[in-house]
Amino acid sequence: MTPVPIEVRGLVKCYGDLIAVDHVDLTVEAGDVYGYLGPNGAGKTTSLRMMLGLIRPTEGSVRLFGRDPQQTVEALQGVAGFVEAPTFYPYMTGRRNLELLAAYDGADAGKRIDRSLEAVELSRRAGDRVGGYSHGMRQRLGIAAALLRDPSLLLLDEPATGLDPAGMRDMRLLIRRLADEGMTVLLSSHLLGEVEELCNRVAIVRSGRIVYEGTIAALARGAGTMYRLATSDDAVARRVCDAQAGVGEVRTEHGKLTFSSNEASVGALSRALIEAGVLIHEMAPMTVTLEDLFFSLTEGDDPQPEPSSREPAEVVG
Amino acid sequence: MSAATATPPVGAASVPAVRRRPGIATVYRWELTKLRYQKRTYLGLGASVLVPIIFAVAIHFHHDRHRGDFAFSAYLSRSGLAMPLVILLFGAVWMFPLITALVAGDIFASEDHNGTLKTVLTRSLERHELFVGKALVASTYGIVAILLDGTVAVIAGSIQSGFNSLQSLSGTIVSAPKALELVYVSLLVYLIPIAAIVCIGLLLSALTRNSAAAVVGTLMISLLIQLIGILPGLQGAQPYLLSTQFNAWQGLLRTPIDWSPIIRAAWVCALYGLPSLIAAFLVFLRRDVAGG
Repeated sequence: MTPVPIEVRGLVKCYGDLIAVDHVDLTVEAGDVYGYLGPNGAGKTTSLRMMLGLIRPTEGSVRLFGRDPQQTVEALQGVAGFVEAPTFYPYMTGRRNLELLAAYDGADAGKRIDRSLEAVELSRRAGDRVGGYSHGMRQRLGIAAALLRDPSLLLLDEPATGLDPAGMRDMRLLIRRLADEGMTVLLSSHLLGEVEELCNRVAIVRSGRIVYEGTIAALARGAGTMYRLATSDDAVARRVCDAQAGVGEVRTEHGKLTFSSNEASVGALSRALIEAGVLIHEMAPMTVTLEDLFFSLTEGDDPQPEPSSREPAEVVG
Repeated sequence: MSAATATPPVGAASVPAVRRRPGIATVYRWELTKLRYQKRTYLGLGASVLVPIIFAVAIHFHHDRHRGDFAFSAYLSRSGLAMPLVILLFGAVWMFPLITALVAGDIFASEDHNGTLKTVLTRSLERHELFVGKALVASTYGIVAILLDGTVAVIAGSIQSGFNSLQSLSGTIVSAPKALELVYVSLLVYLIPIAAIVCIGLLLSALTRNSAAAVVGTLMISLLIQLIGILPGLQGAQPYLLSTQFNAWQGLLRTPIDWSPIIRAAWVCALYGLPSLIAAFLVFLRRDVAGG
């Protein structure tokens, strides 16, 4: 059986009394573009550092293609990426930095320098010292450095952070293209649009714990559908809704009723409203965005999500 | 940024094959290359070159003042071969420890400063390979600085005072070629305490993760050890102080050669250097790369 690109089990990292990463389990399958999503300080970067062998877990294990990065650097064969902003020697040129990294990669990484620079459109500035590069150029050089390793698995920590809109778009296009070519990508981000656009699976992390792992679609389904209702008599309609089986969370927002339900119960509710003499002006499902789901999972006192917002088969944490 | 030109990746489902890896020699070569780009490299080497030249100029204008205050000082104006030996004496106070610390104290800390440790440790290098490569480069820098200083001192001294025979510390006259040989062997013996300074610098560099703290700390330790040697009641510790080992080469300038200070320098310096080196190794191997 082919080992999966990333398999993390029971990962914990404590700094004194602070639990930065709290029993994280996740599996990234070959071909996934996996979003590791969470607010700042949720433990995303710490998790990535443990995955790359940069820091030692307090508990738990990481396997990259079945190999342990804590034991040997061989585990990083075919793996590339960066945590936080990619960093280079500022007193050397971009090309010289890549030559150094290619030498540290071994094999034929040196032959990929020109192609990597072209891929991120840095060929013309490759002769300039990195100390004079903008943040965006360093991010692109970071991708170029990753491509030198001819990776099967790319781990990127907030790759679009600090880029201008055009830079963010280009970065997403590049990641999309690499994924389309078969590369597995783990993308840590707090940019919901980026994750929604690029990723087929996500893990949402809060205070070091994964509160959801699975597809975005399953997350939306698990969250339950909210409906908006406008009628000829909202007071009566509300009483009907409250009494109707399968209808919950009935509220009045901006002059309209909202409630959570499912398709079968909504049909029954329509009939009940008509039987009660209430005319329905509007009854439509409200779009649930990843942003809504993200905030529902990462805000509030309870680090665990509401049971109704989770897809049992998909939830890990 | 054009995604279309990106390097095609290895098949997603395949487990990447283990490929030819770089080693210590690669790290050594690239660490030397990095030194070429850094100003501090030239600061130390520049001092190694300039100090003998300044000495030669000073002797040229004020040679009457150098009369027998310390070993070989009386011969500065008679033989150029005395100059490297005098500089070895003076350099032990702070110049050579500082030059050595400029690189040894910086070599790990600068990675923290630039945040590049995570960059190189996520390539195909084991941490111990990176450590050994860096330690060898720090040692190489110390060796080059001492030999460069000695060579410039021989040339500058010979131009100023001539390539003449030298009187040994036992009073015998040593021919110029033999004296030259003894000068270079002395430089090599001088590298023993320099190696201990390198190890202390490496430890402080790995521990403090701060270049300035490690460089200044290494120099301070060297100066404090010298201070212990001059404190009343602590003269008994003198033979076992690191600073004393900087004078071990003087055994070569006696007739017959006195090997005892050189042998003592070897084991005393090992006592200072090896624990520091092992501690630096363990710190570097076990540390979390949470920042850089």
